[in-house]
Amino acid sequence: MLEGLRIFVLTISAHSVLCILIALIGRPTTRTRNFPQGKHLSVGFLVSDKGEIFELKSELNNDKKEKKKEAVKKVIASMTVGKDVSALFPDVVNCMQTDNLELKKLVYLYLMNYAKSQPDMAIMAVNTFVKDCEDPNPLIRALAVRTMGCIRVDKITEYLCEPLRKCLKDEDPYVRKTAAVCVAKLYDINSSMVEDQGFLDQLKDLLSDSNPMVVANAVAALSEINESSSSGSPLVEMTPQTVNKLLTALNECTEWGQVFILDSLANYSPRDEREAQSTCERITPRLAHANAAVVLSAVKVLMKFMEMLPSDSEFVTSLTKKLAPPLVTLLSSEPEVQYVALRNINLIVQKRPDILKHEMKVFFVKYNDPIYVKLEKLDIMIRLASQANVAQVLSELKEYATEVDVDFVRKAVRAIGRCAIKVEQSAERCVSTLLDLIQTKVNYVVQEAIVVIKDIFRKYPNKYESIISTLCENLDTLDEPEARASMIWIIGEYAERIDNADELLESFLEGFADENSQVQLQLLTAIVKLFLKRPSDTQELVQQVLSLATQDSDNPDLRDRGFIYWRLLSTDPAAAKEVVLAEKPLISEETDLLEPTLLDELICHISSLASVYHKPPSAFVEGRAGIRKSLPASARAGSEGVESTESQAAPAVIPAQDSLIGDLLSMDIGGPTVAPVAAAPAAPFGSAAMDLLGGGLDTLLGETSSSPAPPSALAASSAALLGDIFGAPAASATYVAPKTTWLPAEKGKGLDISGSFVRRNGQLFMDLTFSNKAMQPMLGFAIQFNKNSFGITPASPLQVQSPLPPGVAADASLPLATTGPVQKMEPLTTLQVAVKNNVDVMYFACQIPMHALFVEDGQMDKRVFLATWKEIPAQNEVQYTITNVMHSADSNFTDTVVSRMQQNNVFTIAKRNVEGQDMLYQSLKLTNGIWVLNELKIQPGNPNITLSLKSRTPNVAEGVFQAYDNILHG
Amino acid sequence: MIGGLFVYNHKGEVLISRVYRDDIGRNAVDAFRVNVIHARQQVRSPVTNIARTSFFHIKRANIWMAAVTKQNVNAAMVFEFMLKVIDVMQSYFGKISEENIKNNFVLIYELLDEILDFGYPQNTDTGVLKTFITQQGIKSQTKEEQAQITSQVTGQIGWRREGIKYRRNELFLDVLEYVNLLMSPQGQVLSAHVAGKVVMKSYLSGMPECKFGINDKIVMEAKGKGMTTEDPARSGKPVVVIDDCQFHQCVKLSKFETEHSISFIPPDGEFELMRYRTTKDISLPFRVIPLVREVGRTKMEVKVVLKSNFKQSLLGQKIEVKIPTPLNTSGVQLICLKGKAKYKASENAIVWKCVFACFPQMKQLLKVIKFSESSAWQD
Repeated sequence: MLEGLRIFVLTISAHSVLCILIALIGRPTTRTRNFPQGKHLSVGFLVSDKGEIFELKSELNNDKKEKKKEAVKKVIASMTVGKDVSALFPDVVNCMQTDNLELKKLVYLYLMNYAKSQPDMAIMAVNTFVKDCEDPNPLIRALAVRTMGCIRVDKITEYLCEPLRKCLKDEDPYVRKTAAVCVAKLYDINSSMVEDQGFLDQLKDLLSDSNPMVVANAVAALSEINESSSSGSPLVEMTPQTVNKLLTALNECTEWGQVFILDSLANYSPRDEREAQSTCERITPRLAHANAAVVLSAVKVLMKFMEMLPSDSEFVTSLTKKLAPPLVTLLSSEPEVQYVALRNINLIVQKRPDILKHEMKVFFVKYNDPIYVKLEKLDIMIRLASQANVAQVLSELKEYATEVDVDFVRKAVRAIGRCAIKVEQSAERCVSTLLDLIQTKVNYVVQEAIVVIKDIFRKYPNKYESIISTLCENLDTLDEPEARASMIWIIGEYAERIDNADELLESFLEGFADENSQVQLQLLTAIVKLFLKRPSDTQELVQQVLSLATQDSDNPDLRDRGFIYWRLLSTDPAAAKEVVLAEKPLISEETDLLEPTLLDELICHISSLASVYHKPPSAFVEGRAGIRKSLPASARAGSEGVESTESQAAPAVIPAQDSLIGDLLSMDIGGPTVAPVAAAPAAPFGSAAMDLLGGGLDTLLGETSSSPAPPSALAASSAALLGDIFGAPAASATYVAPKTTWLPAEKGKGLDISGSFVRRNGQLFMDLTFSNKAMQPMLGFAIQFNKNSFGITPASPLQVQSPLPPGVAADASLPLATTGPVQKMEPLTTLQVAVKNNVDVMYFACQIPMHALFVEDGQMDKRVFLATWKEIPAQNEVQYTITNVMHSADSNFTDTVVSRMQQNNVFTIAKRNVEGQDMLYQSLKLTNGIWVLNELKIQPGNPNITLSLKSRTPNVAEGVFQAYDNILHG
Repeated sequence: MIGGLFVYNHKGEVLISRVYRDDIGRNAVDAFRVNVIHARQQVRSPVTNIARTSFFHIKRANIWMAAVTKQNVNAAMVFEFMLKVIDVMQSYFGKISEENIKNNFVLIYELLDEILDFGYPQNTDTGVLKTFITQQGIKSQTKEEQAQITSQVTGQIGWRREGIKYRRNELFLDVLEYVNLLMSPQGQVLSAHVAGKVVMKSYLSGMPECKFGINDKIVMEAKGKGMTTEDPARSGKPVVVIDDCQFHQCVKLSKFETEHSISFIPPDGEFELMRYRTTKDISLPFRVIPLVREVGRTKMEVKVVLKSNFKQSLLGQKIEVKIPTPLNTSGVQLICLKGKAKYKASENAIVWKCVFACFPQMKQLLKVIKFSESSAWQD
């Protein structure tokens, strides 16, 4: 099918057309300079063993300089390939005292690699460093200060301060620019030292240095320090004066320096419109720079500052026009740079579609583009598709659908569907194109086409149903769940027009158990729809599917949906019709747009990794939370803008509880009178829903704040369970620690484990999430615990999805028993875990939060409590202050504390009010039978609570305090 | 910023490994090898995230170069920098190959130490680097020389050293144009643009300030584009409209913005002064007309006709046409009327070279090719 692979003219033409000679006559002599490369190293990549190390040692101590140098080279070669040559440390360091710069550099390279593992020996080098920092040769001074900053040994760092201070004021700009970066290095090792020693101010002074490269490096260092500052707020604020200096340096420094400066300008917020505009004007020339990084960084600043300007102003219009050509030019760079550019253009066209709306053609795919460029171009093509260019786009997409790369073809087919949804005028052509593609009978093309046709049906109902018969011809070839589900949806939706719909659906039903759950759910719904439309001859079918779904399946979603349909159909078929066949909201035009707040944040990160991943930096950068960037509000928007930035900060992923509940009630059930559960008041729905959000039905069982009696028996029957759900009072919230990463993927050979401990229905569980970050599927999971303080041991074997495919995360809940062997751990709550899979056995340690160990029968009799309190000696009493408890200003704060603790199995025995203070006496029992007695002193209005604890084993106090902290703050 | 830079051969053996930041461990070297170089599927992106560590890679010939980071770095800068590193290496020791890298590893380490500090790219201009990274040791320098080097590395004109003297001052200028064309199977031109560059070889003394004008008019029109609807051809003179142009860092961009003049102090030797792109009035040098016919399930016939479009007085040299073939092509039969054609299985393409120098206008060349495919295509 070579027609598909188009032939492009690629003319490498026009050889040197012009050849202007100034002061000519004759050809210039070819001027190539010879750069001797020293002696070639023939033995560099040999294996080093004991004997060789010995040999190297003697060579290093050779008197001849040349020999020495060769030996050091060999050492570095071994180091490169990952061999351990740290044994040669003293010998190599001895070579440091030399006036040969090349040898010195090699020794320094070695030092940087091994100093950390041999800190005591590294001290030997300090003297040479300090001496080198005074060397008359600026290259040597710079080299010394550069290397010293890379040696992360505390003792050396102490000696670094003085030379660094001098180098920051060195007369030579080369030394100053190196020293500027060194401040950032030092900050990474010891941030407080940088702040205490006043290096920040010195660095700030360098911003007004006469040399542009010094300025650029100082900016880079300051930006990094600002971003990593522990306080979260920038240590050095930018002022309009510094910005002005930076803009001046921008014209003169190297390409990389320009990138540093532009990136730091992107973090600056101009005070007003005028400043924003004049800054933009001074940055615009950078768009003509040959370096793509400079161009993209300039685009970033412009995109950000443009937000501040009124969008209808002439300046913004002309700036928008100026942005397009450089962005298009980026597409003629190397493919890797193109990729970064395309990912960014994808963001830019979402934010400002106007910029590139006439440039559709440049995104047409070339046959020799790498696949990653092709896929990105395709994405942008759809974003730019409009009524004006849709014909061209469609004919391109049709070509792409006959390409070789399966992913690309699928995406192209999907794109055709998206065009249809986006541009109504083109829908008909899109549908006929899709039909043509289905005729090719290429399996994955057909499947993909059916998936998108389903969406077209939803967007334009009752318009293209004539093609259903063609689709049905391909039923047998569909083997992917999504395509099968889409086809079933189509059959169910148009059951009344398909004569043999019942036969078709029945044929799917035969292998019901083997289907993907997506298909099962869709099949269930489709058959119910069919039944509601043609009740006479499909009763048997619906019976069959309902029993399959409710009795033979262990998928809770499927079972629940089955039950709901069943009850709906049996109680009120009319209502069922209203619910199941209700009119659907139309699907929106743009389905895959980024969420606006995320988009705004990413615009601030143009050109960076975040813009490549389309994820905020926090999603892939470890550690520091950092400040989330947001676009500046338009100066004219005033207070409105402030509000919007605030709302941007809040993650908007989880819808508000109220709205969710509202939706559930109004959409699915269509009014309480229809619902089979109408008898239940609305409030319990609220609590159930809230709890679902909170993470499980954990403590709904029998816990009420009004009756502090411990739950007597665990309800087992489902009826009782339901009763309890509906009978439970207002929201309950057992504190569940968020999952923490216990085993990062780099330590777990690609397996990432995070988890937490939870108590559910009186049973301790370890909730784990296994994520496979490796390239191969993992299987054969097993878990084992070491002996621990509380005798915790798995109550059943670990059950994880196995095999776990790459890139997939699976949750597992492991019930725990406390009957295992006991051994005291330090700290008490440490649990050492071994996890095995087909790759290896991984070990990690985690902390069991103490509150998970509080048992349900922890309520002590009042008198026993009093007696025990007196009995325990005073030296066993430990005090602790819980600070900043939320809602402490509430009038019924004490009650809140009581109920909160109650939900976590801490029982209040008595409550007294002494001199305006509330005193609470609480008891709890740990899984190993240790009783803990607490006295809480709560002052109204004071956010701090004083806690006194008494126990016969006071070393549990630490954990209990932690638990109180978590529960009351959680 | 960049945490480390690794170079591997095609087998995944490490040739160069330089770590700049503490957050990058030795295991990063292996992670890249296992997950990218030895990955079973084709790599789908030049940026890979493995366990919260990002790897940028480029592959040239058989050599992989990877930059590693754990931070939110400027991705465009990392790639531009890696391309620059390759440039620098090429200008020091020629072709990038395993052999060359192994033989020059000491030099490479010295360069990497100089051009990347704590992950921040420093001056990467080859001309400047060659003044003080020579692999000879520079102990013999005088104080003045040292000061000159440092001021040049950091200076405003970092790309040129002072005190260059030529007896004969010369300047050579080459204009290279790449015509890019995308054509639909029906022969309709979808998009076409010319990407051109001006390459300059300068052998001038001192610090000469040069001004360059292709035709001042052109640049002016380009600037006015979009703001005025003035027809550029109205003036009567042949005018080319440039969509966009980019300059070497020696060109004063702010001056270009305000005065539309290209003024610069050129580096010594060869450099790329400017790049430009234009989409208007493109006369195509050739027309390629492919005719494809499927003969049965496993065979197809491709006929390619090449027509020249330029004046007879010009020569068409070293013309090469590449015809991509399906991956499962098992054999090719070629009939070639002019020049030489060859099927290159390694490139999945038929390469047709026209070796004759003269390319008369409108002369047709005909070629019939037959594939036989081992299995039915797309089965």
